[in-house]
Amino acid sequence: MIVPLEHILILAALLFFIGMGGLLAWRANLIMMLVSIEVMLNAVMLVFVAGSARWGNPDGQLFAVFIMALTSAEVSLALAMVVYLHRRRKTVNTDMFSEMRG
Amino acid sequence: MIEQTIFYILAAVAVIGTLLAITEKHPVHAILYLVTSLFSMATIFFLLMAPLVAAFEVIIYAGAIMVLFLFVIMMLDLGHPEKGMSPGWREWLPALLLSAVSIASLVTIIASRQATASIYPAAMQIREVARHLFQEHGLAVELVSLQLLFALVGALYLGKSPAPSPPTPLPEGEGGQRPGEGLPL
Repeated sequence: MIVPLEHILILAALLFFIGMGGLLAWRANLIMMLVSIEVMLNAVMLVFVAGSARWGNPDGQLFAVFIMALTSAEVSLALAMVVYLHRRRKTVNTDMFSEMRG
Repeated sequence: MIEQTIFYILAAVAVIGTLLAITEKHPVHAILYLVTSLFSMATIFFLLMAPLVAAFEVIIYAGAIMVLFLFVIMMLDLGHPEKGMSPGWREWLPALLLSAVSIASLVTIIASRQATASIYPAAMQIREVARHLFQEHGLAVELVSLQLLFALVGALYLGKSPAPSPPTPLPEGEGGQRPGEGLPL
């Protein structure tokens, strides 16, 4: 651990809430919402790796790897859904997808 | 000492890159800023003695996921910031307010704790990490493989071109082609 754990936690908190702010601000654009979710998951991975380095336990790294696998599955499905929705409505604006059947 | 300096520089690069990625109006530029941020995060992981996670961060995050985003943005031709999709101040104001409150409260809580000393544990060998992964979390590995399979099946289902609808029987005496028949839906 080259820096105190608190500094890494502050960095992760900054990244997480930047991602959350982006998610709230870009709520009309599906692609940028997914990008913001990536930022938030990345910050969570940083917390896991920092805890792993702090206590010398490799389980944190393994959880980071699992989060990465989860993220890849999530992004592939979500982008396939974006392509599907864009094929139906010719837009990625979330306000256009307010009906379940249309 | 030099590692601490490198850490703080990389942290600043990650935060600034993420901020630029969030505020950038052009989606392709935003993805490229995010790749910069992810590379510095990978180096932070390497400094935190997690070389496996650092390598996966570069290979999977910056190499695969971001390229997937770029493919979708370019395939759907979304790189036009002048289409009015970017948020105005009406969207930014609550987002900034909520994020600022959350950041301030969390930073206050974290900073009020007693600062732990900087310690230098021995670097974890990849051999040890792999033993933990496959001996104690073998079920999780299998579940992740199933999850990736489900994602593959779902993406294939969503990505296939829509099948043509079955032809509806025409009313009697009306020859010719119905309008719109044969066109892709």
